[in-house]
Amino acid sequence: MKVLVPVKRVLDYNLKVKVKSDQSGVDLSNLKMSMNPFCEIAVEEAVRLKEKGVVTEIIAVSVGPEQAQETIRTALAMGADRGILVKVDGDVEPLAVAKILKGIVEAEGPQLVILGKQAIDDDSNQTGQMLAALLGWPQGTFAFKLDVASDKVTVVREVDGGLQTVALELPAIITTDLRLNEPRYASLPNIMKAKKKPIDVKAPGDYGVDTTPRLKVLKVTEPPKRQGGVKVKTAAELVDKLKNEAGVL
Amino acid sequence: MAVLVVAAHDGATVKESTGKVVAAAQKIGGDIDILVAGDNAGGAAASAAKIAGVRKVLHADGMGKQLAEAMEALIVPLAANYDAILFAADTTGKNVAPRIAAKLDVMQVSGLIDVLGPKTFIRPIYAGNALTTVESSDPKIVATVQPTAFKTVGEGGSAAVETISAPGGALKAAFVGEEIAKSDRPELAGAKRVVSGGRALGSDEKFKAVIEPLADQLGAAVGASRAAVDAGYAPNDYQVGQTGKVVAPELYIAIGISGAIQHLAGMKDSKVIVAINKDEEAPIFQIADYGLVGDLFTLVPELRAELEKAGV
Repeated sequence: MKVLVPVKRVLDYNLKVKVKSDQSGVDLSNLKMSMNPFCEIAVEEAVRLKEKGVVTEIIAVSVGPEQAQETIRTALAMGADRGILVKVDGDVEPLAVAKILKGIVEAEGPQLVILGKQAIDDDSNQTGQMLAALLGWPQGTFAFKLDVASDKVTVVREVDGGLQTVALELPAIITTDLRLNEPRYASLPNIMKAKKKPIDVKAPGDYGVDTTPRLKVLKVTEPPKRQGGVKVKTAAELVDKLKNEAGVL
Repeated sequence: MAVLVVAAHDGATVKESTGKVVAAAQKIGGDIDILVAGDNAGGAAASAAKIAGVRKVLHADGMGKQLAEAMEALIVPLAANYDAILFAADTTGKNVAPRIAAKLDVMQVSGLIDVLGPKTFIRPIYAGNALTTVESSDPKIVATVQPTAFKTVGEGGSAAVETISAPGGALKAAFVGEEIAKSDRPELAGAKRVVSGGRALGSDEKFKAVIEPLADQLGAAVGASRAAVDAGYAPNDYQVGQTGKVVAPELYIAIGISGAIQHLAGMKDSKVIVAINKDEEAPIFQIADYGLVGDLFTLVPELRAELEKAGV
């Protein structure tokens, strides 16, 4: 079975976010960009399925600028077989990404698409669900555990209050949550091998998709700063303050 | 204008978040209807009808666990009657809303925290490190609402409840089972008090032994940092932060939590924040109203004793 894994290039999760002084967006110039952590979990899960013999081919896809090739290379070094870069400069919203992915799914015929549940830049948490709707496929979002059989996949999902298990007919969409797995680091030989793996370059027009944003960004600002308070010396002083000053006890 | 609010409920009553999403709907403007979809959810439909300012409640039974595939089939045909469809940004809303948006060819607004106009919203990005103001050019709005950002709309209404039928047809997804933790503690997302533990607890046994008794003494919900969840000290649904739950209780006590940005994004709107940490340079102290520097294993029992003396 073929698996498609979309991966997104985002500001490295260790870096501090700076809002541009003209409020037009977040300053990304000269900063380290990496694969979105939830996408790493998606790649890892696909590679584990291949190691188990359930999956035969993993295609890593990225929708983004030229440099998103590096993100695809990271997926190839982790164990994906080939890549597709859909080259777009500027922001692409989840709806447009889902439409492009629909075109790729129709061309490639995977049985599973595994995506991160959200990207840590726009925090939308939409693309997987949108792709499922556009394809008319079932979805297992926020996956904690997967069990793939020949005609169905059982997904244990992280939901408010605990876990929920659903059974989905294949083909299906999976989105990953934090505890699904611990992504591997690519080894040096695998990084070298990944350089030889093929990456096709496409354009949104190849799938008939217009990527013009539907949401116009009017401004991007820093959140209001919360002022720090005081340090207290003892638990007794803390209880006194909570009771008599803050009035929350 | 008309807005459809999709209720979060447990069958018997709607959750408090529904009243908060209604508050967001009021800021958009127009008539407000509430959809209650579930199994034997007549109680929840009746409680939705009591929310002030609601025009009518649509009640669909036979919707099981509100699987996204079934909710899509139910809601998409209703969309013609509405200019906006709102969900709470809980795991059900996040699961369902994008399916509806994609079917309607609408770019969804996720986790909005303010409504500036019928099509203009503020939402957090980068784990709450930036706020973006966006204006939609789509004919309809589909959005998830961060409930903690809104003041709930109280009771006082008596809307009519209209029964609508669940969509027929086979689904490609089936509910198999669930493990929902049974707890007498309040639900984390809506709790008035929250006690959260971090990696400094050191083990799941110590997390239970230190955090839970304090939470129970305060009648608080239990939360955890992502580091504590990753280390296996606490279950995932305790996680407070941008990738977990966003909370805004009256009192938030962070114990052994350094205050990573992604955690702060999930709790910085709390009314009063208390931090207990042995590292006085920990970032959590920069936003805490009251900081207590020292060993949590000594300070938490002391705090419990002092609370008891104060009659808590």
